[in-house]
Amino acid sequence: MRNPRTRWAVGGVALLSLSLSACGGSGFDDTDKADGQASSGPASIKVLIAASGDAEKNAVTDAASAWATKSGNKATVTQAQNIDQQLGQGFASNNPPDVFYVDAGRFATYASAGSLEPYGDSFAGKDDFYPALRQAFTYKSKLYCIPKDFSTLGLQINTTAWAKAGLTDGDIPTTWGQLASVAKKLTTGKQVGLALGDTRDRIGAFMVQAGGWVTNKDATKVTADSPENLKALNFVKSLLADGSTKYPKQLDSGWSGEAFGKQKAAMTIEGNWIAGAMKSDYPGVKYKTVPLPAGPAGKGTLAFTQCWGIAAKSKHKAAAIDFVKAMTAKEAELTFAKAIGVMPSRQSASADYVAQFPQDKAFIDGAANAQAPVNVAKIDQVLADFDTGLQSLPDGDPKQILARLQKNAQAVVGQ
Amino acid sequence: MSEPNPGPAQGPGSGPAPARTVAAAKARGRRGRPGRAPSGGIRGREGLAGWLFVSPVLVVLGLFLVVPILMALWVSLSDWNGQGSPLSSGVHFVGGQNYAPLVTEPGLTQSDFMMSLRNNGYYVLFVVPLQTALALGLALLVNGRRLKGKGFFRTAYYFPSVTSSVAISVVFLFIFSSSGVVNALLAKVGVDGPAWFADPRGIIHLALGAFGVNNDAPPAALADTTVGGLSLWDWFSGPSVAMCAIIVLVVWTTAGTFMLMFLAALQDIPLEVEEAAEIDGTGRWQRFRHVTLPMLKPTLFLVLTLGLIGTWQVFDQIYVMTRGGPGKTTMTPAFLSYQSSFIDNEWGQGSAIAFILFAIIVALTLIQRFVLRDKDEARAKAATRRAAKAARSGSGPTTEAI
Repeated sequence: MRNPRTRWAVGGVALLSLSLSACGGSGFDDTDKADGQASSGPASIKVLIAASGDAEKNAVTDAASAWATKSGNKATVTQAQNIDQQLGQGFASNNPPDVFYVDAGRFATYASAGSLEPYGDSFAGKDDFYPALRQAFTYKSKLYCIPKDFSTLGLQINTTAWAKAGLTDGDIPTTWGQLASVAKKLTTGKQVGLALGDTRDRIGAFMVQAGGWVTNKDATKVTADSPENLKALNFVKSLLADGSTKYPKQLDSGWSGEAFGKQKAAMTIEGNWIAGAMKSDYPGVKYKTVPLPAGPAGKGTLAFTQCWGIAAKSKHKAAAIDFVKAMTAKEAELTFAKAIGVMPSRQSASADYVAQFPQDKAFIDGAANAQAPVNVAKIDQVLADFDTGLQSLPDGDPKQILARLQKNAQAVVGQ
Repeated sequence: MSEPNPGPAQGPGSGPAPARTVAAAKARGRRGRPGRAPSGGIRGREGLAGWLFVSPVLVVLGLFLVVPILMALWVSLSDWNGQGSPLSSGVHFVGGQNYAPLVTEPGLTQSDFMMSLRNNGYYVLFVVPLQTALALGLALLVNGRRLKGKGFFRTAYYFPSVTSSVAISVVFLFIFSSSGVVNALLAKVGVDGPAWFADPRGIIHLALGAFGVNNDAPPAALADTTVGGLSLWDWFSGPSVAMCAIIVLVVWTTAGTFMLMFLAALQDIPLEVEEAAEIDGTGRWQRFRHVTLPMLKPTLFLVLTLGLIGTWQVFDQIYVMTRGGPGKTTMTPAFLSYQSSFIDNEWGQGSAIAFILFAIIVALTLIQRFVLRDKDEARAKAATRRAAKAARSGSGPTTEAI
């Protein structure tokens, strides 16, 4: 009996066998060979970086080839288009890069999934790296990876606008109250006093200055709805309310640095990356960086950092660790600092750094009271929601924003 | 697929002459058994050849379409964490655990997903009718017999559709920036334009605000009732100002493609029909409403279906322009799926969103098909089906011999 059904059946079987054979193919097979380390001999390691620009890419490539010649190995440096996505694909395909940048904000997510090799605790001389940075890459009390470099936030002041408003060096704000009053004085028809990024990565600094943060020190408890955090948001809201402070979007800018460079704002709060942007895009604007003013609980700033992650599935772990060692040596870090404008993650390098870049003293001094990003796995979505809340801060209720963060973050931490 | 068992007369055997002689020669040996169903005869060979010819396509489609979809379905039902193969031994079946936080469990995941559905729902509600109407209008215009420079206008209207959507999105970012062209034009007529892509306010909220509803303290009945993690007041916000800019962009870019479809259909309408209608004394509007439009119905169905599917999958404009902001008001399920998978490492949840989206699209297309079905045709079809059934049960298996 020939009928359409037979044909469908044949087709179905053919398709099924096709998909089964595809699944059994080399692409998806279950390799547990990852632990089998490649034996001696020169290793060829893949390095995936998310460079901020050509300067950084060239600096890393040069350092990598220097290491390769010295150690007899080979290192291929690749610039990522979208490092999160590319790492995700690498982990899924069992073929991740051996060494790669890991941002502190995403570190816990990778560590909890078992993607990272916890090599930090046995890394020689790990105590030289700033404690706050080591804390940022510690998950379940294991140090997973070695911090590459870091940046902190400072207060940038347009010195021309400053003088025009009749302010002197003695007026540089050291408290919240002074910040509010100079911001008001600097506000004219054409410029506002302060351009402030509308995310946790800027407004969070006020939370630290008030003595609060999203979590407690070792990220085990959510403390978002504390009175300290409320005080911080209320202060920011008051700045936004009197018109002396605006979010970059209100100033037609993608980020605060752009508003500052276009002189739509006389002050801004950004990290040391602003130096490169000002030099290349707005060379005519004269400014200086001072430490952030202290809040009710004293000084505080935010630190942003990345580490040299090594994949748990890497076949050349020994070579990878050796590579990281070369990249985090004091001289290498100072070279990177010069080329990229980041600060060395080693405390022993700070004196040399300040000697070379005296204008960045405010940034490196911040390391002492800097807070690293929230170190909790899979909290990105919650923090993105908090950012959305902060964007609505001008008309929103700070208490509700924090209560929402508390509830959502607790759901993640409690998991 | 409507005729899965073509007889030898229409099959490949009736192709070019040489092929036919070979096939005939090969088949000659088995011709001695008339009346038997030819299961091992000439058509068996044809079947094999047929499969051989379609196998490249089947392999490609299977490898790059069917297998990935099945894998994604498995991921959405498993606890895979992005490490290694989803088919390895450490990955377990977890049933609906990836679906539950999206649909039933109150929390951030649910409210994000519901918000993305709301945003995309408003987006579809605005884009599909607007782009269909605009496309039809443009097609009628450039189909006009007296229009000069038809070629120019047809090209001009089709142009946005052939340009890369990423390039257009970037241009729109400039046009709609708060000191951009649109706001400069608005300023000329005395309107203070909004900060388009930074404005999360819903337009229905804004309209209500204009009628004196206090948006900061919305009516309690709406604000306090939550459905799926969002208050009714939020559900009724309308598309945000930022979303409206995206809607304008998409309507503008896609109308050209659909205009082409309408234009092809319009040119298929015989002139005589219109003339006949004219002789019957119809006016322009009557002719459009009762002659042209019914004849465009299959094309209308096509355009609406493609529009519906395309709009529920909107991704590239969001990815380039807003990444879900401001205030998550341009977040769509397709973008949320990408974000959950690649940014939040929640691969199961990301695939679950994709499959929920798939279900929504299929359901809506079926509904639309039902609403737009040709009622006369449906009735006629049902009648033939009934007649065929009656005939088959009456005369036995003779019909199978064909």
